[in-house]
Amino acid sequence: MTHPELLEITQREKSQRKKVVLRCCMAAGCMSLNSKGAKEQLDQAVAQAGLKDTVEVRGVGCMKLCCEGPLVQADPQNSLYVKVTPENAQSIIGALIGGKASVAQADPEAAFFKKQLSIVLANSGVVDPERIESYIAVDGYEALHHVLHEMLQKDVVDAITHSGLRGRGGAGFPTGLKWGTVAKSAGTKKYVICNADEGDPGAFMDRSVLESDPHSVIEGMAIAAYAVGADQGYIYVRAEYPLAINRLNIAIKQAKQMGLLGSGVFDSPFNLTIDLRIGAGAFVCGEETALMASVEGKRGTPRPRPPFPAESGLWGCPTLINNVETFANVPTIIRKGADWFASIGTEKSKGTKVFALAGKIKNTGLIEVPMGTPLRVIVEEMGGGAPDGAKIKAVQTGGPSGGCIPADSLDTLVDYESLTKLGSIMGSGGMIVMDDTTNMVEIARFFMEFCMDESCGKCIPCRAGTVQMYHLLEKISQRKATARDLAKLEDLCDMVKHTSLCGLGQTAPNPVLSTLRFFRNEYEELLQPDPFGPRNEKPLNAAAVLAGK
Amino acid sequence: MEHASGDKRFKILEVHMKKFQFRHDALIEILHKAQELFGYLEDDLLLFISYKLKLPQSRVYGVATFYHFFTLKPQGEHTCVVCMGTACYVKGAEKVIAAVQNSFKVKSGETSADNKLSLLTARCIGACGIAPAVVYDGTVTPRQTPESALEQIRKWGLK
Repeated sequence: MTHPELLEITQREKSQRKKVVLRCCMAAGCMSLNSKGAKEQLDQAVAQAGLKDTVEVRGVGCMKLCCEGPLVQADPQNSLYVKVTPENAQSIIGALIGGKASVAQADPEAAFFKKQLSIVLANSGVVDPERIESYIAVDGYEALHHVLHEMLQKDVVDAITHSGLRGRGGAGFPTGLKWGTVAKSAGTKKYVICNADEGDPGAFMDRSVLESDPHSVIEGMAIAAYAVGADQGYIYVRAEYPLAINRLNIAIKQAKQMGLLGSGVFDSPFNLTIDLRIGAGAFVCGEETALMASVEGKRGTPRPRPPFPAESGLWGCPTLINNVETFANVPTIIRKGADWFASIGTEKSKGTKVFALAGKIKNTGLIEVPMGTPLRVIVEEMGGGAPDGAKIKAVQTGGPSGGCIPADSLDTLVDYESLTKLGSIMGSGGMIVMDDTTNMVEIARFFMEFCMDESCGKCIPCRAGTVQMYHLLEKISQRKATARDLAKLEDLCDMVKHTSLCGLGQTAPNPVLSTLRFFRNEYEELLQPDPFGPRNEKPLNAAAVLAGK
Repeated sequence: MEHASGDKRFKILEVHMKKFQFRHDALIEILHKAQELFGYLEDDLLLFISYKLKLPQSRVYGVATFYHFFTLKPQGEHTCVVCMGTACYVKGAEKVIAAVQNSFKVKSGETSADNKLSLLTARCIGACGIAPAVVYDGTVTPRQTPESALEQIRKWGLK
């Protein structure tokens, strides 16, 4: 593959573009609602109406408004048909030739769409994820070519550092710094890993990105591999996402055939092989050291850091490990420049963040907003508030590692620091809205049960602590607990948080701590009078003990 | 060398191992393939894998039991996987499970006594936009209620 060949594909795609493109959502959500059947009928209807030369029916990725699926969008008419059934096909085609469609439409000018700023999801719902040409036509692999021929490895790392991109997996570690460390680490063999083990219940951003635009992740990985000097990449993806696995397999195969992966990419000395690794249902494998153990074919248990993967990772070699969304940001940063990216967002959190909006909210689906967008805009304006006139009580972010943000803090700006200040975390981007019928003690119990099941059992605080915390929460919700039990629960939270080996244990108490912080009355209402009177021993403060105080 | 049982599936599995050059790090991939072929991982199958990959039996067994995706017991004729992700949970997935448990005398995570139905839970299948979601024999079905779940299972001829 050479640059003129790349341009030729772009040209060919553009010249072959038909007058009207009907985009049918072929992501997992809409497919479970038979969007495939709708697409087949649309294809037939186009053929019947003799419009084959002017209308293209294209299967695309997620069009964001998942609750109204299956979605079909007509371009350039800009009509977005919702809840499309195969029977609607005739009507939609009829509308293209002057008729009136009897299918419900969503307003493309609604706040849900208008307030979005797409970088990661720019191609989602536009390109056909199963055709590499479709991605190349929207400047795909331009950034990789530019990097390989016009930038030194150091320049790439500098550009990413300068852009201010931070890890989108949840912790928010500066990406440039991580790349720089791997680039500087000594060793002839280095690896890049894409963490697509999206285990947080309630999060589906990574799934959508992989299903809708797999090539942007592959291109991002290739740029990263060049920057750090790696020649082998792995994408670790959950077995629960069969469609994403399928699309990635297709994408990797096509990229190989075109010479965009393999040896001598774009006629440069750069080589890269990318292999898929399929997870097998272990939440802890989202933790980087556990994930690497799993890639090596072992039980997915974490190990202490340091040494960090950047120095000693997969098979002891320096390893760069980033989240799907982080990699998907990279090609655009290279193409549009680090300054452009750095101009979006807040002082410390740059760019955009994709959230999966779900739970008790009218518009569920995917949104991508600039960092620093107030939570209220996301939940009330874009999400449309709780359905059926219910009141929003809290917003849960960060899954089992995060916390609940109460409705009166909705004016918080969404960035890494503000959410941490509220006792929650940005997390990977799951955002579950809860209304006033949700019992917060139940939610805490639900997440604790999750952490208890998912604890890998390697370190004792997490293995035993989560079980004890779960039993205490169960006791509280069964109205059998006293103030003493609640105090014990708080002690345990403190201990597990500060003494666990990996992120799973360290953050497992967060849902309890944050619900206790904002909804303590709900716990206290369930408590029984203590037959032994108030507790007088001093609680153990693990943080202080560890600090030697 | 063929497996003593003469079962063709062992041959297919061995070809798959060969594709990975019998590398130890491909163990999880091979277990996936084995489960796809046999439906579940019985002891004999794990022994076969450990012998072929030249890995200790403890390592193969350890990995197979660590990950939730692998099952060491045979599944029922039909499977009903209820998603218990947060979005599905706040929208009432628990009621769906309770209804199925009561109506079909099967516990969550287990298979009914007549081997007809396995009721399982998933951690999150990423279908949060259409919660609560249930996977019936591999087909994701959106917005389930206790009634719709019971109806769907009755369609399989179960009582």
